[in-house]
Amino acid sequence: MGMTITEKIIAAHSGLKEVSPGQFVYANVDICLGNDITAPIAIEEFEKAGIKNVFDPEKIVLVPDHFTPNKDIKSAQQSKSLRIFAEKHRLKHYFEIGRMGIEHALLPEKGIVAPGDLVIGADSHTCTYGALGAFSTGVGSTDLAACFATGKVWLKVPESIKFVFHGKVKNWTSGKDLILYTIGKIGVDGALYKAMEFTGSAISQLPMDDRFAMCNMAIEAGAKSGIIAPDKNTEEYIKGRVTKKYVMYHSDPKCNYAKTYEFNADEISPQIALPSLPENTKPVDEVSGIKIDQVVIGSCTNGRISDLRIAAQLLKGKKAHPSIRLIIIPATQDIYKQALQEGLIETFIDAEAVVSTPTCGPCLGGHMGVLAEGERALSTTNRNFVGRMGHPRSEIYLCSPAVAAASAIMGKITPPGGTVKN
Amino acid sequence: MKGKCWKFGDNINTDEIIPARYLNTIDTKELAAHCMENADPNFTKKVKAGDAIIAGDNFGCGSSREHAPIAIKAAGLSCIVAKSFARIFFRNAINIGLPIFECPEAAEQIREGDEIEVSLSTGEIVDLTLKRRFKFEPFPREMQEIIQAGGLMNFVKKKMKVA
Repeated sequence: MGMTITEKIIAAHSGLKEVSPGQFVYANVDICLGNDITAPIAIEEFEKAGIKNVFDPEKIVLVPDHFTPNKDIKSAQQSKSLRIFAEKHRLKHYFEIGRMGIEHALLPEKGIVAPGDLVIGADSHTCTYGALGAFSTGVGSTDLAACFATGKVWLKVPESIKFVFHGKVKNWTSGKDLILYTIGKIGVDGALYKAMEFTGSAISQLPMDDRFAMCNMAIEAGAKSGIIAPDKNTEEYIKGRVTKKYVMYHSDPKCNYAKTYEFNADEISPQIALPSLPENTKPVDEVSGIKIDQVVIGSCTNGRISDLRIAAQLLKGKKAHPSIRLIIIPATQDIYKQALQEGLIETFIDAEAVVSTPTCGPCLGGHMGVLAEGERALSTTNRNFVGRMGHPRSEIYLCSPAVAAASAIMGKITPPGGTVKN
Repeated sequence: MKGKCWKFGDNINTDEIIPARYLNTIDTKELAAHCMENADPNFTKKVKAGDAIIAGDNFGCGSSREHAPIAIKAAGLSCIVAKSFARIFFRNAINIGLPIFECPEAAEQIREGDEIEVSLSTGEIVDLTLKRRFKFEPFPREMQEIIQAGGLMNFVKKKMKVA
């Protein structure tokens, strides 16, 4: 029996010819990542253990992105601990504000993650890099501290679930809609401990930004990782970004999957996840008309340039509804600049949106758009748990940038139909 | 381990265990003060040292924040028994030495307020109120090594021979 792409990457990083699901390995890590919330604990644990040197200053990435630009004194202290650690250990990849971005948009953009890599990050959305054909998974702060020291991580080889998307993604449906649809079908623990492998003709045609959005939300189905085998789109994306050697792995024609799901992409319309779990999904058409107070377009899921382009296309020449607070956050400095050059930012400001420097901010109720009691947000982020964006009695609906922009104009949940997508 | 049980449902997520508004600190006492706040605002007033959390499926889903198991441990809870755990929460608990047990039968039958006793040596959870015993599967050998070392960093120190 052959191996899946996930098993091949883990085997290659564990010095083994082959591995099988359930096997316990200590894998070598190509990149490990922490942010201003998780790295402070990792740094404290590392220093408490009395270990002098990090395993490799070129393989540790620190990105203060959650509560930055620092929202209060305590957050400033946390960011400071990252800065000091990065200086002390001469870390190659420390990204200060003004040079940074939301970590999971930033690392691929800077070519830090390559196909075939094994990546861990003390952030649950580290699974995003599966879109590059890497094995990438979220861990905790102590895992990160151990990796700072050893360059290794303990892993149980996951079983894989295969998701085949037949056909072609239709107008206004995006990678975000495919993943919301999938989570709706299998539930928030439908892929617990598993690797989600996305494949099929609809995935082959899917642009990279949409692939990142899909793999990003694998964790919302409980998965260890999400992955898409690298292809021409992947190679085109990493060209000029990745400078190190890399390997493009593919699943063998005959390998073991715990389960296979087959979906027809033609039948998937724009989706929305109702409060307070990402599995509460419905086609947008079925819930249109629900009044909202705030719309957020951004995050590690949907703050990339194509997300902003779609939003701008819908907002061009229009204004956000008077009852709506519209917040738009380009995910990185480069995306911000690109959006500026393309005139998207002007469109947003003319539409009376707030445009912010890159930050995770509102997604986790940190800053830049915290909700009051009884308020309702429509957001392109990834979680709609109770109290996630602010008051425990506020509500979050999750959707794509197109649905968010169309709804911002109308002041209520609105499908982006009518016009034809470019 | 012996204590009173506090029961929660399925998919208790990290935003309920420790809301992000408190993640601007790594002070364990401060984190403990807000433990389970979005699930039950009065939790920390009710809970006593040694008590246990009983939960349904996918406990600890969501964020990778280690602040979640840290808050639970620092609030004095002795262990968590659940039908299943979200994977990052699971490894965080193992790594910091917070005892967790996957036992669907126990999670189903133990009631709020019951007193339980957990024995690692026999692999049993005993509901002293119901007078019922539940067996749980021991962790794989490799995880037991981490637990026995007193958490991942101690394990790493031992391996690296750091004094």
